[in-house]
Amino acid sequence: MTTLLYDGSFDGLFTSIFEVFEYRYKNVEIVSRERFHQENIFAEIHEVITQNDKAERVLNKLEQNIGKGGIHELLKVYLSEDPEAEQLILSAVRQSIKYPEENILQNYADNNILKISKICKSVSRERHRMTAFVRFEKMQDDVFFAKIDPDFNVLPLIRKHFKDRYQDQKWMIYDLRRNYGILYDLEACDFFYPDEKLDLNKYQQKFHDEEARYQTLWQRYFTKTNIVERKNLKLHIQHVPRRYWKYLTEKW
Amino acid sequence: MNFDRLKEKLEILADAAKYDVSCSSSGGSRKNKKGALGDSSASGICHTYTEDGRCVSLLKILLTNHCIYDCAYCVSRSSNDIKRAAFTVEEVVDLTINFYRRNYIEGLFLSSGIFKNADTTMERLVRVAKKLRLEENFNGYIHLKSIPGASDELMQEAALYADRLSINLEIPTESGLKLLAPEKNRQDMLNPMKYIQNGIAQYKDEKKIFRKTPKFAPAGQSTQMIVGATNENDLQIIKVADHFYKNFSLKRVYYSGYVPVLEDKRLPSLTTEVPMLRENRLYQSDWLMRFYGFKAEEILDPNMPFLDLEVDPKMSWALRHLDQFPVNLQTADYQMILRIPGIGVKTAQKIVSARRFQVLNIDHLKKLGAAVNRAKYFIDFTAGNAFLKYLTDKNLKKLLIGGSSSKFHNQFSQQLTLF
Repeated sequence: MTTLLYDGSFDGLFTSIFEVFEYRYKNVEIVSRERFHQENIFAEIHEVITQNDKAERVLNKLEQNIGKGGIHELLKVYLSEDPEAEQLILSAVRQSIKYPEENILQNYADNNILKISKICKSVSRERHRMTAFVRFEKMQDDVFFAKIDPDFNVLPLIRKHFKDRYQDQKWMIYDLRRNYGILYDLEACDFFYPDEKLDLNKYQQKFHDEEARYQTLWQRYFTKTNIVERKNLKLHIQHVPRRYWKYLTEKW
Repeated sequence: MNFDRLKEKLEILADAAKYDVSCSSSGGSRKNKKGALGDSSASGICHTYTEDGRCVSLLKILLTNHCIYDCAYCVSRSSNDIKRAAFTVEEVVDLTINFYRRNYIEGLFLSSGIFKNADTTMERLVRVAKKLRLEENFNGYIHLKSIPGASDELMQEAALYADRLSINLEIPTESGLKLLAPEKNRQDMLNPMKYIQNGIAQYKDEKKIFRKTPKFAPAGQSTQMIVGATNENDLQIIKVADHFYKNFSLKRVYYSGYVPVLEDKRLPSLTTEVPMLRENRLYQSDWLMRFYGFKAEEILDPNMPFLDLEVDPKMSWALRHLDQFPVNLQTADYQMILRIPGIGVKTAQKIVSARRFQVLNIDHLKKLGAAVNRAKYFIDFTAGNAFLKYLTDKNLKKLLIGGSSSKFHNQFSQQLTLF
């Protein structure tokens, strides 16, 4: 058994996969350094140094076999932070190298592929929910600020959506669990990684003067557009699971 | 503007608009022009859901609930003694923009009671859309109601700024409409609808020649029918829907179970329950027509003009056509796989993909997302299927109902549920 340790990045993962083929490892696992706890004292450790050209070569080959869409699916598996993510991606790459003519991601009867498809579905759903459930609050400095806490690391997947949509206002979306965010300042739209946790103390005192008004209006609208005779809380919770409520203005 | 009055207006006019079912923000495709606000994409987004479980995608309000008409089924009818209010164009624009900037909504759904006459009302609706597009550079979604009897000129302008236009048929049959809304007539509704349909067709032709032809109602048209206010049957309703899908190229027909709001001898009494299950079955039939390749005549016929409330319409069709089953999963064409109860569009597509790689068995089917408890009676697996013996069983329907629990189960029992 060989354990490949990598730095946790997408390129690092694909460098590792390159080296699995390069060194012809058969019995192998890929683990990010952060998550690594030595359990198997007989395992041989192989430290992977991320090399973009190696990652690039694997990705290029894959793109020929499973297309850009296929790579996007593997990216979603990576962003799922699933404990099995590395093994599933490695398994998909191996199958794709073995059957280059086929889009092996469609072989849903294979257990690993089906898992990939399920993970992709969950990640896509979370991504979609974040495009829906992000609630901006206008701050004194005219930045529209939103806090999120998604189950998967979907911030990289929603950047384009918000960048295309909100071009004439400054905005920021911040992932409280992973401590990083996206900031658009009317020119660039980049990720930022603060050294310290964001200070959310007295957060509401930093609201823009008009913010409270629009929040009230939205809450009243939300209440009034409901048809009481058709109340169906089960369906309501199915669509808006409780874990999202804390950041929804209308579920104050 | 006095904030409390604005809040009150929003409450009144959201409350009056809530019976309009459509909240879809899909079908549009506006890109954000450089540095402006908003875009809309084909798939649409539901930003939240109300406690009745309905999607909230758009700010859905009436411009005013003053109305000259006295339609029996409508809360805003002129003889009803309720609080009345009217927004100014600026107020609607401001609410839309500020809700949109906070990512509450995909855009605006603006309807209105009819004040003075059709054209005055339509003109005001168009003015809101125009201001949003031209002055605020807003590229989000706009759904406007077409007012029955509005002139072609106003409809033309509306389609230039709105993504979707809709006009509610309200009552599925003309006789029903005459009874409940004697001042309205069907033809006034059809004319604007026809005008927009022709405009969209013309846009598509011109687009082939001039790439920059301005957009014309890119998300198409929809309509809505109230179910259960008059005594029409389901066959009539889906025939009407089918007719409008075919002849008016509608994107959607919505069905709205009648919520008793007013006491009127022409209407079901105030204690009548909202026919939610019937509404659900109608939507299922609608989906069968739009995505599953069923024809209206296959779903119901004159001998059986109401949808079976116990089983869904696809199951009901299967039970009436047992000779078409079992279906061989490995060889059947996609259209037939779609007709197997318990298998939806996505699962059917996955089956067709996966069977190229290997022979599928019942475990695969489960993993691919089929409702195996229903599907298992109708499929012939290469490895054999023990459940097929029930296919000829007289009690198959009972077995199927017993094997699944309906979300509407309490509608069958007369017992009062307290919790």
